[in-house]
Parts: sequence; structure tokens; C-alpha cells
Amino acid sequence: MRALIIDDSRAMRTILRGILVSLDFDVVEAADGRQAVGILTEDHDFDLALVDWNLPEMSGLEIVTEVRKNPRLASLPLLMVTTETEFERVAQALQAGANEYIMKPFDRGMLLDKLVMLGIPVETKKA
Amino acid sequence: MKKETHGIQFPEPIDGSDFDYIRDLVKDHTSIALDNSKVYLVNARLLPVARDAGIESVVALIRHLRSRPFGDLHYRTVEAIVTTETSFFRDFFPFEALRQEVIPEIIAEQRGGSRSLTIWSAGCSSGQEPYSIAMILREAFPQLATWSTRILASDVSRAMLEKSKAGVYSQTEINRGLPASLLVKYFRQNQTSWTLNDEVRNMVSFFHHNLTRDLPVLPPVDILAMRNVLIYFDVETKRLVLDRIRRYLRPGGLLILGTAETTLNLDERFERVRFGRAVFYRVRNSETR
Repeated sequence: MRALIIDDSRAMRTILRGILVSLDFDVVEAADGRQAVGILTEDHDFDLALVDWNLPEMSGLEIVTEVRKNPRLASLPLLMVTTETEFERVAQALQAGANEYIMKPFDRGMLLDKLVMLGIPVETKKA
Repeated sequence: MKKETHGIQFPEPIDGSDFDYIRDLVKDHTSIALDNSKVYLVNARLLPVARDAGIESVVALIRHLRSRPFGDLHYRTVEAIVTTETSFFRDFFPFEALRQEVIPEIIAEQRGGSRSLTIWSAGCSSGQEPYSIAMILREAFPQLATWSTRILASDVSRAMLEKSKAGVYSQTEINRGLPASLLVKYFRQNQTSWTLNDEVRNMVSFFHHNLTRDLPVLPPVDILAMRNVLIYFDVETKRLVLDRIRRYLRPGGLLILGTAETTLNLDERFERVRFGRAVFYRVRNSETR
């Protein structure tokens, strides 16, 4: 399986990469919104995208909106991973087409739960 | 008195007779058997209790408890040790089994019959399990609105029951296992906490219950979730509890245990039944009462 991690924090990308690699994902990283949309437009072979909200160039919400406009990406599971914790933000993200939402800080178990909700087969071995 | 090593403070160890006292206190009030490997757990759970009571250490708290008759602080000590963590839709697959197979089967069987459904979450801790079930019923089975549907939830801890009834959860708690679509549909935010709406809260009836002592009068139960409760009991108590709760189940009723629990070698009147990736336990025919 392949995942795209979209986050401007190198530390957060490293944490997410560590978890996903332990689940046998191949991981690609993007540090800003425009780069992320560029990758997703060119490469339709992802099983999951993890999307931060506050990013340079383009927000996570804009990324979700752009992705859902593309029929070839209509079924790509989108998981928001963000410090935005307001009710309205969660509702906005779902409205725009995000499938799930996790608030930072989170732990490995919480992320695994979200992947299971997205129908991604993960072995729930706890690190 | 604390030992200090390279600037790191270690708590004073709980010695044999202090640990024995705590073990007996917990056993007497909950039937939960703590073995010696639980010293760290006792330390971790009792530190906040000691701090709240203005007592400097866990050992000082235990000495304080030992010198007095059973009172509120003893009660809080027992509760702090036996309270377990839970989460919304914990382990995911048992809830999928309820939604996709078990509840549709019950509805199909009873369509022309009594049209009643009783689910009991025994050892519900902070309430996420019965509320997860309530949200499943609300989301997937609107036809149950005309049925006699009850979700009962019990715990040995009065503090946990109060928390459950309030339906107020932290960001960490709603981050764990709760689908975002249900969060925005059934919760409202109050700064850093999230409160479950009355529509779901009112679906669950909470009551205080000690599984080893109390025999409440309840309607026949279709689905009994008692997850991560048996693991705390010794073998004899596990058998006693299984024997008691079996009598509450309707013929063909299902018991849901934690992933590390089983009825195997404890009570042969239950049989394992697999639903997708979940395993439940059904009372064998003619063994309900």
C-alpha cells in the first residue's frame, strides 16, 4: 500500500512515516499544499492521504476540495491530521470530502483506529 | 521520603504488608485479584489520589488508610485501582458485527414477535461502550424506534457512572475510536471538552452493579457486553460471574468478551460464535437457566 503524507512539519512527517512504514506502507511526503496536489494529480496510485490543515501555499481544506473535484481521486481515503480542534473545522472538512479527522496530539493507537475506520487493512499490533 | 538518583526521583517502594493491605481492600470490595506484578499499577493509580488528599506519597496514603476505618478515601482508592480505560467503538470489529449481522438477525427473528431488544454493557467504565451501541442503533436501525429497546449500562465504580451519565469527554477520548461523522452529528463542543447530546444519552440507563455480589432484576438480555472485566478476576470468580450473567441472557443471547478473554475452560455452557472478525459467545441451547 502507498500513502502520501502532507504536512509542513518535518517532525510530524517523520512520526507519521514511522507508523505507516511499520504497517508496510510505502510513503511519499509533501511539505506544502501545491506540491501535494501536484503529486496527487500525476500519481493516482495512492491508498491513503494524510492531510494537515495549516500548510504553505494551499490549506488542507483546499487540498481536500481539489482532490474531490478530480473523478480519478473520488475514492482516495483522506484523513485530516491537524491541530485544528474546533467543531466547525471538523464539520467543514467532512463537508469538503475528507473521510476522517484526527486531532493532534494523537498516539499510534488512535491513528490505527482511524485507518481501520477507513477500511484499510492494518494488523493492530501495538508498538 | 524519596530516593534520588542523578536528579531522577523514584517513588518510595510499596512494601509487602502495604501491598497486601491494598490487595485485600480491593479484593473485599470488588472481588478483583491483584497479583504482585501490579505494584507499579497501584503506584501509578494511587499517586493522584494521594495528591488530591494532600498526602505526600502513595506509601503515606496507604499508612493513612490502614490507620482508619473504611471511609471515602478508601472508596476512592479502590475506584482508582479498578477503573479501566475504554474508548468509543473499542476494537471496532465487535461493533461491526452488531451492526452488520447480530442486530439485523434479532430484528428479523422478532419482527412478528415481542419486538423487544435489551443490550447490557456490564463494566461500562466511562460509558463509551453503551454510547457507541446507542449511536449504532440510532444510525443503522431507525425501525427500532417502535420497539421496546433498552440499553443498560453498569459499573462497580460510582465515579465512573457519574462520568458516564454526564456524557462529557476530553479531546483525547473523542480522538480515540469515534468516527468524525458521529462526532459532528451527536456531540457539541465546549472549549476543550465534547458533550454527547441528550438524544443519545437518554437511550442508555446506568446503574451501579457489582458483578460478584448483586443480582438485579432485569429483562431478558439479548446482547451482554462484558469486555475486559473477567481479566481482573481469579478463575473461581470468573466462573461465578459467568454463571450469574448467563442467567440474564435470553435463549440464544450473546455474550461479548474482551479480545484477551474467553469462556473456554471456564464455562462450557457457552459456545464460540464468529461474526466476521469478532468472536462472541452464545449460550448453548437448553442452558440458559
